[in-house]
Amino acid sequence: MTLERAIGLLFLVFSLAYGYEAYFGMDDLLPPILQRTPVWPSSFPKILAVCGVLAALAVIVSPSRADTESRDIDHRRLLDYNLGQALTLIGLMIAYALLLRPIGFLAATTLFLALGAFILGERRYHWMVLTAAIGAVTIWYLVQEVLGIFLRPWPSIL
Amino acid sequence: MLEGILLGLSTALSIQNLLMVTGGCLVGTFIGMLPGLGPMSIIAIMIPVAITVADPAAALILLAGVYYGAVFGGSTSSILINAPGVPSTVASSFDGYPLTRQGKAGKALTVAAIASFAGGTVGAILLMAFAPALVSVALLFHSAEYFALMVVGLSAIAAFAGKGQVAKATMMTLFGLILATVGESALFNAPRFTMGLMDLQSGLSFITLAMALFALPEAIYLVLDPKRSQTGGGKSGEIKELYITKAEARQIAPVIGRQSIQGFLIGVLPGAGATIASFLGYAVERNIAKGADQEAFGKGSLKGLAAPESANNAASTGSFVPLLTLGIPGSGSTAVLLGALIALNVQPGPRLMMDNPEVFWSVIISMYIGNVILLILNLPLIPYIAKVLALPRNYLVPFILFFTMMGSYIGQNNATELLILVGMGVFATILRFANFPLAPLLIGFILGQMMEDNFSRAANIADGASFLWERPMTLGMLIIALALIVLPTVRSRSGQPHKPKPPEGPTP
Repeated sequence: MTLERAIGLLFLVFSLAYGYEAYFGMDDLLPPILQRTPVWPSSFPKILAVCGVLAALAVIVSPSRADTESRDIDHRRLLDYNLGQALTLIGLMIAYALLLRPIGFLAATTLFLALGAFILGERRYHWMVLTAAIGAVTIWYLVQEVLGIFLRPWPSIL
Repeated sequence: MLEGILLGLSTALSIQNLLMVTGGCLVGTFIGMLPGLGPMSIIAIMIPVAITVADPAAALILLAGVYYGAVFGGSTSSILINAPGVPSTVASSFDGYPLTRQGKAGKALTVAAIASFAGGTVGAILLMAFAPALVSVALLFHSAEYFALMVVGLSAIAAFAGKGQVAKATMMTLFGLILATVGESALFNAPRFTMGLMDLQSGLSFITLAMALFALPEAIYLVLDPKRSQTGGGKSGEIKELYITKAEARQIAPVIGRQSIQGFLIGVLPGAGATIASFLGYAVERNIAKGADQEAFGKGSLKGLAAPESANNAASTGSFVPLLTLGIPGSGSTAVLLGALIALNVQPGPRLMMDNPEVFWSVIISMYIGNVILLILNLPLIPYIAKVLALPRNYLVPFILFFTMMGSYIGQNNATELLILVGMGVFATILRFANFPLAPLLIGFILGQMMEDNFSRAANIADGASFLWERPMTLGMLIIALALIVLPTVRSRSGQPHKPKPPEGPTP
């Protein structure tokens, strides 16, 4: 099965679940007064669910083209690319999301930028840390002082 | 209309707004050159900045300046290093990069700048003529027609997605519409489809979605395939000879004229956008050209560079027509701008011209100013700005990822948003592997709420769904929408020869 069809199938399941919720899960919760109106919160989702199922089926049955764009990535040879780097960076982003509040913006961002460069193969450590720290402080200053959006700079325990 | 133009002039020419458009163009050019950040991502990142500006006219001028700058920056990188940042500048690299290799980078950039300037200016003039006329028609529309119009717009976006892509684009549009129903809506004061999660109560944030759909996959692609960001190395230092001769000017003038108008008209269509305009412009000019002229296409023809450049700029301007008059975005970038407008508390649509004339007209006037600034300010600065292309990838990618996260974090001040961003981003990358177009998803997401509101209003007035077939205009539009989806599918089944396949990827 090609990736397109797999995604089509996934979307079919998603639409069915969404439709199930729209058709059977929502209307009982509606207060009686709202049941007299012609449009319910579930009306539009019901239409969307039906259309979604049809579109997913269309993707699944339509002939898939094997040719891929020459400059784009061929997912069937994914292991030939820097998959490890990409996955580590995604992991790093998740770590950043989880650590941003507890250890503060400056520490989290410096760590993220430095480790990001490290993962990509940078080995000049002093440059790495310096660039990351300058970047973090500059952006914190811009966001906090120029834009006036609060970002907690230090760890929350301080 | 004259009154409006004068109002626009006085707003756009204030010192503050001139600074906005200049700054926007510079920032846009600068970031637009980096591989991995297209106009959509840049605008999305700049939205928090624009919101702190508070004055909607100034904020929109800033964002529009960023947009023009980003489009220009994208063509610069595709000419200099054959790395188009966005699909709409792919066609510019066909002839632009050969010119650079022949040592004529300066000339190529000048032609690109002049062609963009002409395309943008012609586009702005046509926009001024078209928009007010379209507004007067749009004012006749009721909720029912609006709903139908959005259906037509979304179907057109899917229908123009290209051969074999219609079903995929339709599916993506529906996915966007479905995502838009998550959370509490204004119409019904109850959360829907939140799966009991507190963080989904207010729905998904469109900035997060824009970042996840465009910036993040591009950055992941850069990591996966380092060749994509391969910089020419040292090429940027050799830019000289920025002038073109009179004969060359005479050669490209008719091309620019034709492609500006054609590009604009294509840009007005929802979903077609700058990418198709630039490819079509290139193909048309190659077919028109004769003999040696035609031979030169692809080997460094000035005409071949001028055609896509003027077409994509005119189309970018043209895509403002449906945004400003109907409040319906036809492309990914205008969808992001629409999101920004809503965040600034400006209701886009036909009433915009009456309720906020200063916004409407100053944006149009700022298009001229933006084009002039790109021409006179950016062109001499290009050799210096191009230094940004020499940034080492090891630092570039972490910074792109970081800006992506900042964009969505600042808007919501919520760390869960970052997890949603990463999750959606990975999913969007997989969708890109399978060649699913992503712009329809974002457009569907942004239109979803408006569509449901109009649907509900019309149904409440008609006390049921009867408005769908009782109002002739609504019925007509819905039939057009159906035809747009069904016809290409049937045609591709019958195996008829088709026009060349437009490129994949988001329309800018």
